[in-house]
Amino acid sequence: MNSNTSCPGLPPLKILLVVLCLFLATACQDTEPPPPQISGPVEPAYGDAIVSGTIGDASNLIPYIGSDVSSSEVTGLVFDGLVKLDKNLEIEPNLAESWEISEDGLTITFHLRQGVKWHDGEPFTAQDCLFTYQFVTDPDTPTPYAADLMQVETAQVLDPYTFRVKYKRPFSRALYAWLGDIVPRHLLEGVNVRESPLARRPIGTGPYKFETWKAGSSIQLKYNPDYFRGRPYLDRYVIKVIPDSATMFLELKAGSIDQMGLSPLQYARQTDSKEFKARFNKYCYLASSYLYLGYNLRNRLFQDKRVRQGLSHAINREEIIDGVLMGYGRPATGGFKPGTWACDPNIKPVTFDQDKARELLAQAGWKDTDQDGVLDKDGIPLAFTIVTNQGNSQRLKTAIIIQERFKEVGVKVKIRAVEWSALLKEFIDKQNFEATIMGWTLPLDPDPFAVWHSSKTEPGGLNFIGYHNEEVDRLILSARETFDQEKRKAAYYRFQEIIHEEQPYNFLYVPDALPVVASRIHGIDPAPAGIGYNLIKWFVPKQLQKYHYQP
Amino acid sequence: MFFYLFKRLLTMIPLLLGITLISFTVIHLAPGKPTDLALDLNPAVTKEVKEKMERLYGLDKPLHVQYWNWLKRLAVLDFGNSFATDGRPVLDKIGERLPITITINLLSMALIMAVAIPLGIASATRPHSLFDQATTVFVFVGFAIPTFWLALLLMILFGLELNWLPISGLTSYNYDQLGPFMQAWDRVQHLILPVLISAFGGLAGMSRYMRANMLEVIRQDYITTARAKGLKERVVIYKHALRNALMPVITLLGLSVPGLIGGSVIFESIFAIPGLGQLFYQGVMSRDYPLVMGGLVIGAVLTLLGNLLADLSYAIVDPRIRVK
Amino acid sequence: MPSGTLAQETWRRFKTNKLAMAGAVVVLFLFVISILAPLVSPHDPNQFHLKRVLESPSWDHLLGTDELGRDVLARMIYGAQISLKVGFVAVGIATLIGIVLGALAGYYSGWVDAVIMRLVDIMLCFPAFFLILAVIALLEPSIWNIMIVIGLTSWMGVARLVRAEFMGLKNREFVSAARVLGASDYRIIFRHLMPNAMAPVLVSATLGVAGAILTESALSFLGIGVQPPTPSWGNILTAGKDNIEVAWWLSVFPGLAILVTVLAYNLLGEGLREALDPRLRE
Repeated sequence: MNSNTSCPGLPPLKILLVVLCLFLATACQDTEPPPPQISGPVEPAYGDAIVSGTIGDASNLIPYIGSDVSSSEVTGLVFDGLVKLDKNLEIEPNLAESWEISEDGLTITFHLRQGVKWHDGEPFTAQDCLFTYQFVTDPDTPTPYAADLMQVETAQVLDPYTFRVKYKRPFSRALYAWLGDIVPRHLLEGVNVRESPLARRPIGTGPYKFETWKAGSSIQLKYNPDYFRGRPYLDRYVIKVIPDSATMFLELKAGSIDQMGLSPLQYARQTDSKEFKARFNKYCYLASSYLYLGYNLRNRLFQDKRVRQGLSHAINREEIIDGVLMGYGRPATGGFKPGTWACDPNIKPVTFDQDKARELLAQAGWKDTDQDGVLDKDGIPLAFTIVTNQGNSQRLKTAIIIQERFKEVGVKVKIRAVEWSALLKEFIDKQNFEATIMGWTLPLDPDPFAVWHSSKTEPGGLNFIGYHNEEVDRLILSARETFDQEKRKAAYYRFQEIIHEEQPYNFLYVPDALPVVASRIHGIDPAPAGIGYNLIKWFVPKQLQKYHYQP
Repeated sequence: MFFYLFKRLLTMIPLLLGITLISFTVIHLAPGKPTDLALDLNPAVTKEVKEKMERLYGLDKPLHVQYWNWLKRLAVLDFGNSFATDGRPVLDKIGERLPITITINLLSMALIMAVAIPLGIASATRPHSLFDQATTVFVFVGFAIPTFWLALLLMILFGLELNWLPISGLTSYNYDQLGPFMQAWDRVQHLILPVLISAFGGLAGMSRYMRANMLEVIRQDYITTARAKGLKERVVIYKHALRNALMPVITLLGLSVPGLIGGSVIFESIFAIPGLGQLFYQGVMSRDYPLVMGGLVIGAVLTLLGNLLADLSYAIVDPRIRVK
Repeated sequence: MPSGTLAQETWRRFKTNKLAMAGAVVVLFLFVISILAPLVSPHDPNQFHLKRVLESPSWDHLLGTDELGRDVLARMIYGAQISLKVGFVAVGIATLIGIVLGALAGYYSGWVDAVIMRLVDIMLCFPAFFLILAVIALLEPSIWNIMIVIGLTSWMGVARLVRAEFMGLKNREFVSAARVLGASDYRIIFRHLMPNAMAPVLVSATLGVAGAILTESALSFLGIGVQPPTPSWGNILTAGKDNIEVAWWLSVFPGLAILVTVLAYNLLGEGLREALDPRLRE
């Protein structure tokens, strides 16, 4: 038999290996030189562009219809709502200059800004607001966002610049529904929305006008010189579609994109070189979402709250945040964003305490009587499956870590990752699961009705864990029907206490958003709302401008 | 010849029907509805809203009705509208992506031929020599290396380290501001890596096939005769043997269409190229039934056409086929 | 034709082919590793250490650690097991379907042949990766689904091979003789014809294993291959892709493993083809 070394097949392989190692050893140099430093204060200047990287192409640029991230990124710049959120996430005027809410909380009257024009030159009026309401609530409009505006009983135009809506019941989040974009009546009325050219060429009132869309590769927006809040400094806003995350990061380093969201690993390990820091600014702030481990409360295993409490104590949240988020996140305490008014700061994350976990499980009757390492009760082992969606590595890693910790207290867990839509359809909607690791995006208004009210436990409802507590129901409804923030706050604080005590979810973490932006772009001011809220104030000083356009 | 063409077209009809049936069946194996993804897990979505959207897309009808309706529409080239929220006709969506994928595939076929045929001949004339074995290893490395890994390595080397080539996409950001010559150059630069990657994997098949053909032909009597007549080896190989060995290659080209189209999913994703493969993958992940069915049918029909073209050119070159 | 001498003859020719021998050695090595995985693996492949994430190769972790601090060598060893499993089961399914349909078509001819061959033509028209992608993504990317779907989309070559062999063999004297002696169709197909048709099937199956391993890694790249925490070379490589510049070991080792293995199967298959094909005798 011939030995491997005499085989003529090996030398090319060895060469390949050497070549590969050469590639990789030198792979950390960036090609573009860092921008020159400017001394003294920087002057805002018009011009240049920002190129933003995104994983998927936009689908439909009519607001309320395209629900993907890229479509929202575009519509958010092309359209405006009646109100908007400021840097501290407080409501402030936008297309509406001011508004009044009636004594009984049922009627809101908006006074609209005058002289605003659509990008095609038509004037913006109250008719557009009325049409937006009709458009969103029309059963023929395929939108998932109709629920809030459905609460409106009547909407009327008082004069071209006054718009009034009346609600059936007081509805505390009414104003938040008007954060939604106003769409142009003169272009959408009487048109089959599925065939409207606006889906490909949107026309709004916002700071950027739509310019070009190259399907599957990029969307380009141009500044609106007449924007009512002032012309944005950056001449163009470009969205570049790069489906693969590794490719996107290479493109960032090569300088062909200026902005993207980093993964915790990229943020912590791959962006710390002096050179990278000279060329890019990294930002880190709390995202508006949280991850949880939810138990199906219809299942016999999870009906005793001591079991849920015990399991919660068996989870080491700090370890998950360190291992999965590289430390970029914080433990979640309940369904509200930490630091916002609704979130009770007195509620502390459940501690990692294995003795307490064992004790609570034992109190509930779970003991390892047959010495097989798994707790049991009445001959049934404490074993279950956690389902989560496939393709999300953070959730999967979290599940793997929890699986190990549960094993240590004698709970046997299997992990099943299922494709997203199959997960919803076959497991969640049919309530055919034992436990699940999923996340919620936190809406701008804290109203927890859709997730926690007992009327939402039917198949397909969002309270799919089947949580039912009469006091919680009462608290949610009372908070929903008052505009008094102090009363709402009191109700939500009590609500959080109950949820914390009962642990229907084991709340896990709130991750940080980790965007990175090229350092030539100035004017970014991180705030509770993130960085995107003042995009029209972002600018590139004259001497640093990279892209130039004919006026 | 026309009779042959007619007969050939006729045999395509049952194939087309089979293609549609398999495409339809595959899609309807799956649980889940296309509307699930659009609805996300947004607390503001109600159940009524979900049902409303399902009715809107006609998902409540029985399966055979759905198939029959789909088939009727296919007959007039109506592939339906995408379930994605843009709701555009599937044919338009595929139509705008197809030229990109076809261009890259044609270029890589050309590259494969240009490299594989000489390699195959050279190997065949020196069977089991060191050169033959080295070539064998080289072409099989091309086949064996995971495409996306090699692509990433080349992107780092040429895009980031040496800064010779763009990393991804089809054109540069400032493409519209370039002159016509620079625009062409810009496109060429963007195509180099994807074409290289997609051709590398196909080298093995073609060069091995060429080698085998050549070996086969060289053994034939007429080659022996030619040699016996005292013709120079070069003349024997390039004049007599090559012509006969090249003919079956036409068929192989036709057969390699499905592999190239399938492979486009990977390199289009990693190179951010908006072609058919990327579109199909996105369609699959978002359960865009009409788009996935359209992609399967069109992918298969392209193969049919490739084979038809191959057969026709073969029939032109070799009249015996027509009689058969 | 007595099979003993055929095998000896084949082996004699096979072992002169150095490349094929190298391929055989690699394949054999992988078999041993897979079977002995629990014994040779230095660590538990699923044991994570969140304090030792992405460590470069050291004596403790010869091939470094991954994103959860798991030992890459251990995951590679267990990944070899999975890759072999995917390759063999998928090819087993394809070969079984191919043999049965090919034998039916070749033996009975007529409409049976026509129907089966149209089915083959139809399946060959599809870009196989599109079909696999659609089915895996729409069902669930479990390891079983992956093996079954790869099998269901790659039997056509075998069917054609077996059919061709049968067509050539069925009118030979030894078959007629068996028929005259009253042998059933079943017996003729499986006892008399099949053994003679196995050589090309063996070659095609060897090449098929290589294809299946590559297909799994491509699916992993798209996030729908063998699902973690189960290790496969494909999903280790995919995890490595996102850390390629800070953790080269996470992509180089699985990448080379796939490369060398697929190469080995191909060289082995090519070697077998030449050794088994009497026309290529020199």
